[in-house]
Amino acid sequence: MVSERFVMAVDQGTTSSRCLVFDHRGRMVAVSQREHRQYYPRPGWVEHDAMEIWRNVAKLIQHAARDAGLQASDIVGLGIANQRETTVVWDRRTGEPVGRAIVWQDTRTADLVNELARAGGANRFRSLCGLPLATYFAGPKIRWLLNETPGLRERAERGEVLFGTMETWLIWNLTGGPDGGRHVTDVTNASRTMLLNLKTLDWDLSLCEAMGIPTRMLPEVRPSIEVYGEARAVMPGLRITAALGDQQAALFGQTCFAPGEAKCTYGTGSFLLLNTGKEISHSNHGLITTPAYQIGGEAPTYALEGSIAITGSLVQWFRDGLGLISSAPEIETLARTVEDNGGCYIVPAFSGLFAPHWRSEARGVIVGLTSYITKGHLARAVLEATGWQTREVVDAMNADSGVALTTLKVDGGMTSDHLLMQFLADVLDVPVVRPLVAETVSVGAAYAAGLAVGYWADLDVLRRNWHRASQWLPAMDPRHREIEYENWQRAVERTLDWVRQPDQVQGRRARPDQ
Amino acid sequence: MYRAAVPGPVQSIERAAAILRLLAARSGRLGLVEISASLDLAKGTVHGILRTLQSVGFVEQDPTSGKYQLGAALLHLGSSYLDVNELRARALNWSDALAARTGEAVRVGTSMDSRVLIVHHVFRPDESLQTLEVGNLLPAHACALGKVLLAYGPAPTRAQASQPLEGFTRVTVVDRRALTQELGRVREQGWSQEVEEWQPGEAAVAAPIRAYGGLAVGAIEVRGAVERLCDYHRQPKTEHVTRVREAARAISRELGAARW
Ligand SMILES: Nc1ncnc2c1ncn2[C@@H]1O[C@H](COP(=O)(O)OP(=O)(O)OP(=O)(O)O)[C@@H](O)[C@H]1O
Repeated sequence: MVSERFVMAVDQGTTSSRCLVFDHRGRMVAVSQREHRQYYPRPGWVEHDAMEIWRNVAKLIQHAARDAGLQASDIVGLGIANQRETTVVWDRRTGEPVGRAIVWQDTRTADLVNELARAGGANRFRSLCGLPLATYFAGPKIRWLLNETPGLRERAERGEVLFGTMETWLIWNLTGGPDGGRHVTDVTNASRTMLLNLKTLDWDLSLCEAMGIPTRMLPEVRPSIEVYGEARAVMPGLRITAALGDQQAALFGQTCFAPGEAKCTYGTGSFLLLNTGKEISHSNHGLITTPAYQIGGEAPTYALEGSIAITGSLVQWFRDGLGLISSAPEIETLARTVEDNGGCYIVPAFSGLFAPHWRSEARGVIVGLTSYITKGHLARAVLEATGWQTREVVDAMNADSGVALTTLKVDGGMTSDHLLMQFLADVLDVPVVRPLVAETVSVGAAYAAGLAVGYWADLDVLRRNWHRASQWLPAMDPRHREIEYENWQRAVERTLDWVRQPDQVQGRRARPDQ
Repeated sequence: MYRAAVPGPVQSIERAAAILRLLAARSGRLGLVEISASLDLAKGTVHGILRTLQSVGFVEQDPTSGKYQLGAALLHLGSSYLDVNELRARALNWSDALAARTGEAVRVGTSMDSRVLIVHHVFRPDESLQTLEVGNLLPAHACALGKVLLAYGPAPTRAQASQPLEGFTRVTVVDRRALTQELGRVREQGWSQEVEEWQPGEAAVAAPIRAYGGLAVGAIEVRGAVERLCDYHRQPKTEHVTRVREAARAISRELGAARW
């Protein structure tokens, strides 16, 4: 009897890490999950303990393998998908992180970013790396650590400390850590630093210099889909065969392999990615350019991305910050206690606004408050904020690509919310479709890992695994949609120019970008 | 230090929980003697606990027979015990996996006003045109989900038990006694079936989703054409039964592990 083999995926996310095991038909056979602590040491700061994350992932791999009754030899490969941009710097000899990891949502680099933008504008690096200057990306976070940690720059220049996003940190630890661990990143993660040249797919020396980052601390840039090495810890012999940023992994998991195919993942933040094929396409409407994936030995595939910072985390804030619900899904129950938003809009510009606005000085607002508003209306406004923010990036994408989106493929934790999914279909005026496996980030990582070792022959085999699990059709009156969208846009205007820069506080106000 | 701060289990609460579970597991009413015998406890002890449970509304005593059953307060607690949207969120992964493994549609339901409310629906993965049935209400006695919820839920009130059972096809169970018997079988085997009792040509198999303490808070089913779901004796195929029960257990584990 030929014994069945499986593929494993780790999804190292913003709020939790997961490990899933899939069979040859892409069906989930085991899952284990663990949350990690969020540190908010100051307003605008968000940190993770990289050691805690590594320990969690190590346990999850063991648990998932045990639940499925598998040993390393039963698993063809491990694919890692991870929260992007979150920055770890560690000591290559001891493996100890230098302070906590700076999370993608963290805005501590605002001043630094403004300073960099002063010479040449927020888009000065865009043609090289595809990104506007923003606190979101890893480069400024590395620079901040180098500036603020005594002696760190010297250590970096001497090659004593290493930088990595989460996949780099995990692969280094899995493959031996201080004892010969491989220091690598994949093109999708590397592209989120502002240091990667989109054309050469290698570190761009001019960008590193402008950002003030010693190249010795940077990992080697590799394709997303290739054998990185064998685990020496946790599950010795397990081959690590793919790494992708979580959003690119979701695009892959949704089998958006052809130009023009798009998906949006609804988690802590939400991210709409559109496959643009082998061409690098630059946006004129506030989207960013990013590699979608690169199979070892092949040319990369690119994507346009609309990044929305705050969607699920607004629900989390509603739960933890305001205490109006006790679990995230209850937001739907609460929202259904009322008919509509009662005229109330919430724009969650908690870390400024990302796509398509890119305004780091914006801050959140709740507008339209009257004594009529109840917590039910607020709950609706929370869910609607995700709908309208999606509408904004879809509009940008339609304008950039010249072709209107015809359906939206969705995934992520928020897709269990039917009120939200219906609202999305309503405001986008296109069908919204959820695939059979909602954990597309993990599916994508697994597909990539399996593809690397020939477990799946090609992309077409994977495409056949995609099935529709749910569908929501638009049903909103067009005039009503129009009016509500206008109200939303007026609400967005009220978030802008809120945080003043030091030189603005007394004098006139200038637009911070450009 | 850690240990000293956490008190050990409270015996009377453990016993109260056992009594509630016993009452929840048997749909009929139970007398004091039966309860104390089942749990191997002194009658006096059981009586004291029952009185307390009665005072908080978790248990009711039938005035004529003197027998006990789960109380209305507990039922109410049951409906707010687990938010339906939370149930869907927790069921998401395993419902998907079940649909993928069986190739059939999957639905999750919970009781609402003695009917079944569909809270989650995964399309049959064959790309055919299907519409979401979330929010639909179904008659409990005519469907697999409903039979599980009836079997593991609270005993029907007298008013409910005197309502006639509506027939939807030639084989819908409309006789109370037959239904009671079938619910007994459901409890014994741990799953329910529906073969053309609601829609001609359709069959379904369902199993209970349990939360903390074993309370059945919902049910999950696979549903499809009779010829695919059943063998030639018109009995659900074992593989479907096994898979539904596995999915139900996986979701139950997830709910039990929740922070309550
Ligand atoms: N039913 C729901 N309605 C609205 N929001 C929900 C619902 N269920 C979950 N969420 C939100 O979705 C988010 C969780 O989704 P998911 O687990 O996909 O995301 P994530 O935390 O971004 O994942 P990761 O940790 O992998 O980055 C949370 O922010 C939560 O508030």
